[in-house]
Amino acid sequence: MKDGLRQSMAWVHTWAGLLVCWLLLLVFMGGTAAYYRHEITFWMKPELHAAAAAPATLSPGQSAQLAVRTLQERAPNATRWTIDLPDERNPVIQAAWQNPPKKDMTRQERRNALRDQNVTLDPTSGLPTAKPRDTRGGDFLYRLHFDLHYMPAIWGRWIVGIGAMFMLVAIISGVITHKRIFKDFFTFRPKKGQRSWLDAHNATAVLALPFHLMITYTGIVTLMFIYMPAPTKALYGDEQNTMFSDVFGNFERGQPADIAAPLADIAPMLQQAGRAWGVTPSRVAISHPNDAAARVELYRPSGQQLSNLEPAMTFDGVSGALLSETPPVSTALATRAAIYGMHVAHFADPLLRALFFVCGLAGSAMVATGALLWGVRERQSYAKVVANGGRVGFGVRLVDALNIGAIAGLPIAFAAFFWANRLLPVDMAQRASAEANWFFIAWGAAALLAQIRPTRAMWRFQLTVGAVLLAGIPVLNVFTTNSHLGVSLFGGPGLRPVAAFDIVVLILGALLGWAAWWLGHKAKQKAASKQPAASAGTTSTMEPV
Amino acid sequence: MTTITWRYRGGVTARAVAAIGGGYVLAALAGALIALALPLPRADAVTIATLLAFVIYPCVILWVFATRSALRACVGVAGTCAVLGMVLWLVGGTA
Repeated sequence: MKDGLRQSMAWVHTWAGLLVCWLLLLVFMGGTAAYYRHEITFWMKPELHAAAAAPATLSPGQSAQLAVRTLQERAPNATRWTIDLPDERNPVIQAAWQNPPKKDMTRQERRNALRDQNVTLDPTSGLPTAKPRDTRGGDFLYRLHFDLHYMPAIWGRWIVGIGAMFMLVAIISGVITHKRIFKDFFTFRPKKGQRSWLDAHNATAVLALPFHLMITYTGIVTLMFIYMPAPTKALYGDEQNTMFSDVFGNFERGQPADIAAPLADIAPMLQQAGRAWGVTPSRVAISHPNDAAARVELYRPSGQQLSNLEPAMTFDGVSGALLSETPPVSTALATRAAIYGMHVAHFADPLLRALFFVCGLAGSAMVATGALLWGVRERQSYAKVVANGGRVGFGVRLVDALNIGAIAGLPIAFAAFFWANRLLPVDMAQRASAEANWFFIAWGAAALLAQIRPTRAMWRFQLTVGAVLLAGIPVLNVFTTNSHLGVSLFGGPGLRPVAAFDIVVLILGALLGWAAWWLGHKAKQKAASKQPAASAGTTSTMEPV
Repeated sequence: MTTITWRYRGGVTARAVAAIGGGYVLAALAGALIALALPLPRADAVTIATLLAFVIYPCVILWVFATRSALRACVGVAGTCAVLGMVLWLVGGTA
């Protein structure tokens, strides 16, 4: 019975993994990049780099005051202002406003309007910076990772959710089927074909197993009320919105009094909150500015705790008096918030964040090696057929092609997205969507070519293209920006994210280049050892990758 | 290659339906019951129940594929769902 269980779990592991592995690779890569979503956004707006190069000299209070002054000039009648103060992940001051919604606006129009209703301020002078190029930045990769693209977000969420459930099942069955999980971790038998792929799969999976299990379960939990509405239905009936405000907090902003009243000074409020929390608030939101009912909310940075709930203090916007603090939440809600917080890792300091990033890469490698392993193993059952001049089955060919399109094609897509950011005309209409389109144009081309010729040569070609594109980004920066590595490495701390981005893509490009070289090297070795037999006519599809 | 019989294919299909569809229904019913049973404020009960539903779901899926026969898997899932549904109907949840 014990062996029976292992075998059935191995079966579940194989199929649950194979059916969704290409989707999972996209989700894993997008999510891994999203750990550096703010840094990527900043990198993709080179117009802001000059402002961040000098160390910030303004105090948080001064920054907020200057932001308020700008907002008073640009949008005195807005319903809400938000100000993001500079921190180590975002070196500039961001100010945004929301106007009262017009009734006949479509969702898209409202979204477009929001995109224009913000201004970036220089952290040293408090003056507006040059207008950055229109880009979705890291937010595109973040959204891609659970909303997908070119479809309503809710469809994407269901597709990704189903993929995540398969993943969860694959991980648990993989652990059950694995006999010597600890011992195998210290086993690596290179250059042994299938054995080596299995070892690589085991190593990447076991090395970061707690991370994989955590990230999959917590990922489902982020959207669990959508996926599993039954418990809500049982207690709330049709009042789902009541549940949302109970669980996620009440976002009621109150109504304006429609009586004009001057806004109180922000700086003392920031000081008061800073004294109470021990850290300066990261975010200021002002509802109904210049109205007698104005409210100022200050948010504590979420970096201090696992939970993603940002405790807030609310002040009266006219008198400047403290009105309320977010009450502590119950254990159950704190648990959910902590699980959510673990997934998005806002709490992580730079070192831990880097570790999460590496674990995300290990997850991508686990999915990739797992997908490859299926092809390698399946092809062995065709060994005799192929030796007699036959062809591999349709399934093997399809999986090979999808593997190339996903494993080698996705890095090309990511690189194309970043290249588009630098090369598309800065004043182009719909620029942000065009960048996103280039991600899919590049990926589509790679996937299509892979379907036409799923060969070892195609592997090498696509890996090489990905390597050149990724490693070429720092070079591209020399020609398209003033914040290339030669500048960013020696600039102020505000430019550190820019330098780090360039170095990381350089390393990733080098890794892809090494993979391409290794494939060619292996092919040469094999050809040399086969020289006497000279088995002409065998196409490279037949060889294990 | 080993030949795959229609009987085998049917078994796999039945298990897949029992695991994916049946497992979801079972987890949803169990989640609703847990939410009703927990003596906590509504928001807390719903949160804990939904968190647990996503622990129950993969366990059901794995059991369906681990058990001896496809028939056993289907009967097991359907039977449990029937019992849970009955209890839920008796205690008067809206689900």
